Amino acid sequence: MSIPWLTAEVVEIAAETPRVRTIRLAVPGWRGHLPGQHVDVRLTAEDGYQAQRSYSIASPPGEPAIALTVERLDDGEVSPFLTGELRVGDEIELRGPLGGYFTWTVERGGPLALVAGGSGVVPLMAMVRHRAAQASRIPAHLLCSWRTAEDVIFRDELARLAARGDALEVTHTLTRTAPADWRGHTRRIDRELLVEVLPGPGARPTAYVCGPTPMVESVADLLVSLGHMPERILTERFGPTGGRS
Amino acid sequence: MRAAPGEDRLRMDGNAAAGMLREVFAVEMTTASCTCATCSRVSALGALHLYGGSMGCVLRCPSCEAMVLSVTSVPGGRFIELRGVVRVG
Amino acid sequence: MITRGFKSRRPRGDPARVPPGQYVTEDFPVLSAGPTPRAPLDRWSFALRDVDDRELATWRWGELLALPSSTITVDIHCVTKWSKLGTRWKGVTIDALLEAAGLDPPAPYVMALCDGGYTTNLAMEDLLDGRGMVAYEYEGAPIEPEHGGPARLLVPHLYFWKSAKWVRGLMFMEDDEPGFWETHGYHLRGDPWKEERYSGD
Repeated sequence: MSIPWLTAEVVEIAAETPRVRTIRLAVPGWRGHLPGQHVDVRLTAEDGYQAQRSYSIASPPGEPAIALTVERLDDGEVSPFLTGELRVGDEIELRGPLGGYFTWTVERGGPLALVAGGSGVVPLMAMVRHRAAQASRIPAHLLCSWRTAEDVIFRDELARLAARGDALEVTHTLTRTAPADWRGHTRRIDRELLVEVLPGPGARPTAYVCGPTPMVESVADLLVSLGHMPERILTERFGPTGGRS
Repeated sequence: MRAAPGEDRLRMDGNAAAGMLREVFAVEMTTASCTCATCSRVSALGALHLYGGSMGCVLRCPSCEAMVLSVTSVPGGRFIELRGVVRVG
Repeated sequence: MITRGFKSRRPRGDPARVPPGQYVTEDFPVLSAGPTPRAPLDRWSFALRDVDDRELATWRWGELLALPSSTITVDIHCVTKWSKLGTRWKGVTIDALLEAAGLDPPAPYVMALCDGGYTTNLAMEDLLDGRGMVAYEYEGAPIEPEHGGPARLLVPHLYFWKSAKWVRGLMFMEDDEPGFWETHGYHLRGDPWKEERYSGD
């Protein structure tokens, strides 16, 4: 089965934060996806110049449109276009869904240890939304690290889901600055934070770690040092700053 | 000599090559099970370290960095070099 | 399919200066075939090796820096279509290395050998007469590891994959054997002005 480039139509653009947009796309011929998968987006300028980037699908399977949540990188080539210039009704080329390795569905079971750095939360959010849509009670712990409180995305939705009392816990930590009323953690993810927040190796959780490369490698190594089996730690690196090319 | 975690801040993994590999092999490749020819470590292809940028896809063992699979897709054709064992399906 | 409203940040530039198919960039993209090696300088060396792998001449770090150096400002062109204009490098030309070794090239081709195992092939005539150097400074500072430091080959008239990062030696060859990227579909020579990107071009 081939993986052709499809023409997707932008049906909605919503601001998550000043730098982050969720773009909903209607994709004729879309065959569905698994939580955690991504698409490749390709842009072509009038002079023939092409730029291609990968974006994780934020929406769970089963919705009529797919959602990409994109963070604007100031020195980026594609993200400033997607978060600034793109309009409802525009068409963009994409191919997917891609990537069967970094996926989770309720059939896989748990418990789940989800660790995100910044926009690395996007594929994990698809997993969390899928879990909620399936009314699953598989224990899941989502630990997200952000630079500042203004960078936090999906905050209200995650709080709502965690309040359902169905074994989802959400923890945020800020690594740069925190507002005066912040009662959460205020440091980079370290060994102590992982021990405090995530299930221990005895619970045999499956861990999904996603975000900038240095953060992913640091967290994965810490999890191994805590006794988690390497085969139960799945990683998706987003590159140096979090943007993927 | 393996760098400390995060020292190769540009390093990607097999996930980022999913599109290109899907096009070349016509099947999902990131779930393929790969055995390194040098150290015998078994990893999912999605967990292999990815280098090469837009020149091509060089996938290396996450443990010893030996090359496992290299794929380039250029106008002259597709070039595949396999040094370990890759089990698909 | 043209994407409405998408404009490349990279202009095509002056065709007298920028080879066909290239776009000019202000940044310095990094691309490699493997992890960044971290060779301690006190164990670093550069060797010229004969066709049978016998060492003909070798320099340690301090010895390389003591050789007559050249500083050049050149444009560089990557096969992935970016060009960077006016880059300044300091290093030792291949001519100066051969002179210091008292050697005439024993064969017409070389394979560049690098930390991490990367290889690329070159014709001696693409390295002589100042066309190639072992560079150790970029823009007045030591070359960063991710850009090939402590020392890289610099052959700016060819596509930049020929300017092998983390170079540790040149091994002479009677024939033009393909190096890493050349084995994987890239052109044996790589002249950007003839758009020799891929084998078969």
